[in-house]
Amino acid sequence: MASTHEITLTVNGQSVTREVEPRLLLVYFLRDALGLTGTHVGCDTTQCGACTVIMNGKAVKSCTILAVQADGQEITTIEGLAHGDQLDPVQEGFRVKHGLQCGYCTPGMIMSARALLNENPHPSEAEIRRAIDGNLCRCTGYEGIVRAIEWAAEHPAPASAGVRS
Amino acid sequence: MIPASFEYHAPRSVEEAIQLLQRYNGEAKLLAGGHSLLPMLKLRLLQPEALIDLGRVPGLAYIRPADGDLAIGALTTYADIEQSAQLAQQARVLAEAAALVADVQVRNRGTLCGSLAHADPAGDPPAVAYALDAQFHLQGPNGARTVGVDDWFVDTLESAVGPDEVLTEVRLAVPGPRSGSAYRKFEQPASHYALVGVAALITLAEDGTVARCRVGITGVGPVAYRATGVEGALTGKRPDEAALREAAAHAVDGVEVLGDLHASPPFRSHLAQVYTQRALAAAAARAAGQPDPRAP
Repeated sequence: MASTHEITLTVNGQSVTREVEPRLLLVYFLRDALGLTGTHVGCDTTQCGACTVIMNGKAVKSCTILAVQADGQEITTIEGLAHGDQLDPVQEGFRVKHGLQCGYCTPGMIMSARALLNENPHPSEAEIRRAIDGNLCRCTGYEGIVRAIEWAAEHPAPASAGVRS
Repeated sequence: MIPASFEYHAPRSVEEAIQLLQRYNGEAKLLAGGHSLLPMLKLRLLQPEALIDLGRVPGLAYIRPADGDLAIGALTTYADIEQSAQLAQQARVLAEAAALVADVQVRNRGTLCGSLAHADPAGDPPAVAYALDAQFHLQGPNGARTVGVDDWFVDTLESAVGPDEVLTEVRLAVPGPRSGSAYRKFEQPASHYALVGVAALITLAEDGTVARCRVGITGVGPVAYRATGVEGALTGKRPDEAALREAAAHAVDGVEVLGDLHASPPFRSHLAQVYTQRALAAAAARAAGQPDPRAP
């Protein structure tokens, strides 16, 4: 086995330190080492986007990043969005506008949408569709998802809520 | 899918990276954005002894003018390129191609130089490298050297970078006045890899004929290529529809056209001609200061 490395990163606002093998992918670090199983493994080939998390403000596919590459970085996962019972507007939008059926793609889809809205609070429909181009959904046909993100843009959270970090 | 085991190093300088490459004697791979490399490791198409992560080397992510060219650093991502106002103005074909690479998440991590070093025959950057006459700046144990684009793409997944060299920068020629450039692609809808991708640059003479034309094509053959047949057929001509169609008919001259699940060789050849004509038409319109032609 290759030598392990100690990494320290911020996940959902909390600093975590773990000893990891270099080959450990970020998605497995989040799921297995931290127990944050909201981030899903889908295609495992950088196509489906189920593993999307926000790293330093940008949506990324955590199946294609090594945990050691995330050393010192800031990560937000789906678990980091809600504040207690108060859902993030994107989560609420998915509920109100039926943005999901089976739910498998949903965490990744929501993280892509959250990254979009953080950079561009009033996206056009074309910009929304472009932002979720890297997230595949086999159920909904995407219409409900686009409506959900539009709903979130129209109902931004109060200043105290939203993505931590 | 889990990669085979490897050692990991995060050097703080290019010199240190080169020393590590030498230490592993060809058995280490450089890691930048990792969006070509990590998928290959996961499929175990590659099992290097070590990864040497350039991600912690400061000062390698930039887009800046250099002796009349544009210099792009080893860690510059597609997202950086897509969002660069300078590139949108000076090297539109690159900005356009970068915006069509894969998807948002991949563009946030993937690097132009990484893709060019990886030399995927269906990647978008190689076509642009031909259109903008790229120069590749390498650093190795014996100092720096520069390789021109015509000598860069050696074979499928093989570029001219040596086993102990680092591609630190690519330089692209900024097109002069009366120039226009464009990238057009037909993509595989899940991966967004190019089934055909065409980068075209046209510079017009004062009389409106084509003074200079460069065309790079990706996705069609085992390695991206410069479509010299197209370039020759259009140079000196007025770029009207008939001339563009006639030139585009040479898009796959002398090329071993690939066939796969997504496109047979005859279909790919047809697409190459159609997309070459579209890229040329957009480049010619932009060179003349006209609005983009509508895709038919």
